[in-house]
Amino acid sequence: MSGIRTVVGAPAERREGREKVTGAARYAAEQPGTDRAFAWPVPATVARGRVTGVDATAALALPGVLAVLTHDNAPRLAEPDDPTLAVLQNPEVPHRGWFVALVVAETPEDARAGAAAVRVTYATEPHDVTLTAAHPEAYVPEEANAGYPARTERGDPDRAFDSAAVRVDTAYRVPPLHNHPMEPHATTARWDGDRLTVHNSGQGATVVRDTLSALFEVPAERVTVVSEHVGGGFGSKGTPRPDVVLATMAARLTGRTVTLALPRRHLPAVVGHRAPTLHRLRLAAEPDGRLTSVTHEVTTHTSRVKEFVEQAATPARVMYAAPHLRTLHRVVALDVPSPSWMRAPGEAPGMYALESAMDELAGELGMDPVELRIVNEPDTEPDSGKPFSSRHLVECLREGAYRFGWAGRDPLPRSGREGPLLVGSGVAAATYPVQASPSTADARALPDGLFLVRVNATDIGTGARTVLAQIAADALGAPLDRIRIEVGSSDLPSAPLAGGSSGTASWGWSVHEACTRLAERLAGHSGPLPGEGMVARADTTGRADAVSPWARHAFGAHFAEVTVDTVTGEIRVRRLLGVYAAGRILNPRTARSQFVGGMTMGLGMALTEGSTMDAAFGDFTECDLASYHVPAHADVGAVEAHWVDENDPHLNPMGSKGIGEIGIVGTAAAIGNAVHHATGVRFRELPLTPDRVLPALLAR
Amino acid sequence: MKTFDYVRAASVEEAAEAYAARPGARYLGGGTNLVDLMKLGVERPAALVDLTRLPLDAVEELPDGSLRVGAMVRNSDLAALPAVRDRWPALSQAVLAGASGQLRNAATTGGNLLQRTRCPYFQDVTKPCNKREPGSGCGAREGVHRDHAVLGHSAQCVATHPSDMAVALAALDARVELYGVEGTREVAAADFHRLPGDRPDLDTEIRPGEIVTGVVLPASTAGRPSAYRKARDRASYAFALASVAAVVRVESGVVAQAGIAFGALAHRPWRARRAEGALVGAAPTDDAFEHAVDLELAAAEPLRDNAYKVPLARALALDVLTRLTASART
Amino acid sequence: MWIRGPYGTSPLRKGIHDMGTDIHADGGLSRRHHSETTLQVNGKPHTLTLDHRRVLLDVLREDLDLCGAKKGCDHGQCGACTVLVDGRRVNSCLLLAVSLDGCEVTTVEGLTADGEELHPLQRAFLDRDAFQCGYCTPGQICSALGAISEAAEGHPSHVTDPSVPSGRPVPLSRDEIRERLSGNLCRCGAYPRIAEAVEDVVR
Repeated sequence: MSGIRTVVGAPAERREGREKVTGAARYAAEQPGTDRAFAWPVPATVARGRVTGVDATAALALPGVLAVLTHDNAPRLAEPDDPTLAVLQNPEVPHRGWFVALVVAETPEDARAGAAAVRVTYATEPHDVTLTAAHPEAYVPEEANAGYPARTERGDPDRAFDSAAVRVDTAYRVPPLHNHPMEPHATTARWDGDRLTVHNSGQGATVVRDTLSALFEVPAERVTVVSEHVGGGFGSKGTPRPDVVLATMAARLTGRTVTLALPRRHLPAVVGHRAPTLHRLRLAAEPDGRLTSVTHEVTTHTSRVKEFVEQAATPARVMYAAPHLRTLHRVVALDVPSPSWMRAPGEAPGMYALESAMDELAGELGMDPVELRIVNEPDTEPDSGKPFSSRHLVECLREGAYRFGWAGRDPLPRSGREGPLLVGSGVAAATYPVQASPSTADARALPDGLFLVRVNATDIGTGARTVLAQIAADALGAPLDRIRIEVGSSDLPSAPLAGGSSGTASWGWSVHEACTRLAERLAGHSGPLPGEGMVARADTTGRADAVSPWARHAFGAHFAEVTVDTVTGEIRVRRLLGVYAAGRILNPRTARSQFVGGMTMGLGMALTEGSTMDAAFGDFTECDLASYHVPAHADVGAVEAHWVDENDPHLNPMGSKGIGEIGIVGTAAAIGNAVHHATGVRFRELPLTPDRVLPALLAR
Repeated sequence: MKTFDYVRAASVEEAAEAYAARPGARYLGGGTNLVDLMKLGVERPAALVDLTRLPLDAVEELPDGSLRVGAMVRNSDLAALPAVRDRWPALSQAVLAGASGQLRNAATTGGNLLQRTRCPYFQDVTKPCNKREPGSGCGAREGVHRDHAVLGHSAQCVATHPSDMAVALAALDARVELYGVEGTREVAAADFHRLPGDRPDLDTEIRPGEIVTGVVLPASTAGRPSAYRKARDRASYAFALASVAAVVRVESGVVAQAGIAFGALAHRPWRARRAEGALVGAAPTDDAFEHAVDLELAAAEPLRDNAYKVPLARALALDVLTRLTASART
Repeated sequence: MWIRGPYGTSPLRKGIHDMGTDIHADGGLSRRHHSETTLQVNGKPHTLTLDHRRVLLDVLREDLDLCGAKKGCDHGQCGACTVLVDGRRVNSCLLLAVSLDGCEVTTVEGLTADGEELHPLQRAFLDRDAFQCGYCTPGQICSALGAISEAAEGHPSHVTDPSVPSGRPVPLSRDEIRERLSGNLCRCGAYPRIAEAVEDVVR
């Protein structure tokens, strides 16, 4: 990768940028076709029970309605790995909002009216949707999301805690959160005989193709899934969601091209959410700040459809040196929608709790919170004992403190005041694991001097096309404008999904290998290329997924300055600053956007985003974008992202770590800690809306 | 959304006739709430009578110093009117505190008054709601009701009125002009919206088929110090958790005139008559303001999860009253 | 008195009539529930027989294959569908198309007049990397366009200093831009870059 003029590391402009700013970019629901029909789902209106009857008579009598799919007439599917995809296969209703019918019609208006006219009757059963830390059905699962063990323990954390000089025993609560990408989950499906073509909004077309192939029992080579442009996902489009199955069923049943774009209000129930997490933390330290015992226990919920356990206690296994350490996850299966991935599952809520508790500990110790973290820097990964491939958290903290102007800070809570505003600042650390999956790619040298690089990567807004072209250019020793890159179709060489901050590492690895191989071949070739050019292929299986002797994580530090209005309890973030150590930054322009985007979502998690499970009805009350408050322009002030150079040879050929998720990790804690600094009040439940903040200020 | 007939009226008279001739008709203004509710299935009109091209978009200075704003004047234009900004600033501020630039460009003055509650149970046709379906029950009273009413609610309904604009109109003694087949009439803005009682399906005093033709801002509050302040969950584009509009005139060291209205606390903009009564004649001191506001809010009956609204409304009111009287207090 | 007209003041505007009774009954469409409607979209007239339920957003996307305006929420809660109607930014998902008969509509596709040269706002969005997934982008651009003219015409915002004289252009500070664009949500969190892009254009 070292060269005099590397393209990697340059701030190349997004390759699809022009299409996006002119409106020419086509998303999954935007596929013109004269025979197109539109589908609209019918969600269950009971929290638990079974469908006893679906009366579609009135719906079918409406103009334009073509079909009403129910569990009685929908195509039978092979059993899916993901039970949330077994839609319309049986009458069971595992939670409110589960789809019980689908209307297909000539126009979107006809479909919506048809769905409103379907009459469904139910036999209901008592339901329980309320998570409590003492829930009698809470259990310790075998593992949490991503295969982490649910429980780890080293030493004797309880005894070490009991005998410690300085202790913090505290609890935090993160509510359910919703991904809400701006593009709702959407699919356009068409069958040509036994050939299936699907345009889908997902984060990985290969996994969608393989899932459809299995469910509909069609060979994978007769299924094409295209995800050319994807309007965000943040985990909620990581694997196929019911829209892709329903649209494909509807297309098969009606013989039409069918578009199903899920209505926004349906999303919270069917595309996954960040499960609520109840945290208990016990930290013990010597008077000099060195941690002696860390216990992080998390209770969360899952649905009765499948077990998904938000791995919120796992960052404590990575962060700080403590001889005694326990992490534990408990889960309760409730009659709730199935939770799933949302940007930094585990790390985002876990580091909110851990980094808030660390701030409490700094207060108990009378110690600067930056210094407290530096004092507890471990030599090896605390849980595994593995050496870090690279770890520059201390550098991030110091660089951030310098850039933020931390040095002059009066540590006394409630020491900053500007008229009716209390002003405070806070810090928190961040971490996210380095991951990669096997991927394939091919690279072709064309006679006209261009190179065509193909990989089924998905650009969900990360700039995948751009950075992969940069990687290819360097491996080929060619200028960037000679690289053509094709992504976003399952007909391209298979590749993993965009998730786990691993897309660039996984895809880039195979692109790098294919291009390196092609460059070698070209070097040994003389004379003109044949008409079809010269091609090289790569498959990183065995390398990208090899077990590493190194503990590999990205780290970061977040600093926040907030104002708290003493009249209303309204909190605003004036400044947010992040410094990251995330390996080599391959494209600073798009990387900065990802960091800032993650921090913005963390700001929402801290201040505006919260969802409520309605105990009586079993659904999320804040089901639309008027009531679920993602941050608006006016909420987001100065947000800066910086990084420290990190040269880590133990990652992948590019030397990169993932950057898509670490921005959200720690942001909420930094803001919460700043609010404590501003007000002297420790809030332990998110979001920090006026209904919580003002009464606490007045009670003080 | 079910299909519907569409009629574009040439005059107010024609509109009222078209409405009367079509059972199940609704009037269409900017549509920002009606079309939303039609998509949700909450509103199911058989016909829409489009009022947007009626000649109700004028703004007139009346001889007595009041200002008549046509019902079809868009919210953004209303907020930008120099006359409104200069003489009834609370109204401009209230309108600009609501919705978004795009919505304000479409929403009309009349439509803003007639918008429906954003209670999530009202908006979800699969749940009980006495406002949407009388007799079906109230999901909010024992359900998720952080945003709901603390004043004037009933066993039947705990919804709040969502408008910011209407709160300012109530405080400013504005009047709502109505046209119906029986003729024209005026209703005080503060009395235009109802409390739910046992008829939560009725939001306002408007009669079937009546059209809001305009709003009159009276000379009595013109040029008086007035302001609007709102607290919300995010910095913009969110409904109020609580809000207050106030107009205050201090003469010779005592409050000579006071109009105060709260938003997001009740089924209607809550005109704080008790507080006003306590203030008029009193010196504009912190104690007087606290006494007056507490007198008003003593009537609050918070639900399980919305008690925060009372101190929030109190703090907003004290802040606005203090600011409006700052020059008279120094 | 200074006041803008309602929609439909362009020469294309038709006379006032009962839409349900003056269209032909043929063609298999319910004549009470469909109406002939003319819209001038990006400078071109389109006359369509429209289902009364059809909102402008669906006319653009489904009838005219102009997919630049996005369907993010379909309820006026996200701003992705923002277009200009008679020069003013609006949520096209909440406007019944039949009520816009005779109106002029500008979408993001209409900003590149010759299909080649980008509008300065589009160029600024590229220069600033003011988007990621791109789904809110056309709405942000149309909204910014509308917001710039509103400020020039003296429309205040929630954050406008009351001492700015009414009726005069409002300078677009960073705070003004952020407030005025708050009707356009961006889940990728490109807000700071979007504000910079708009600043580039108004400076």
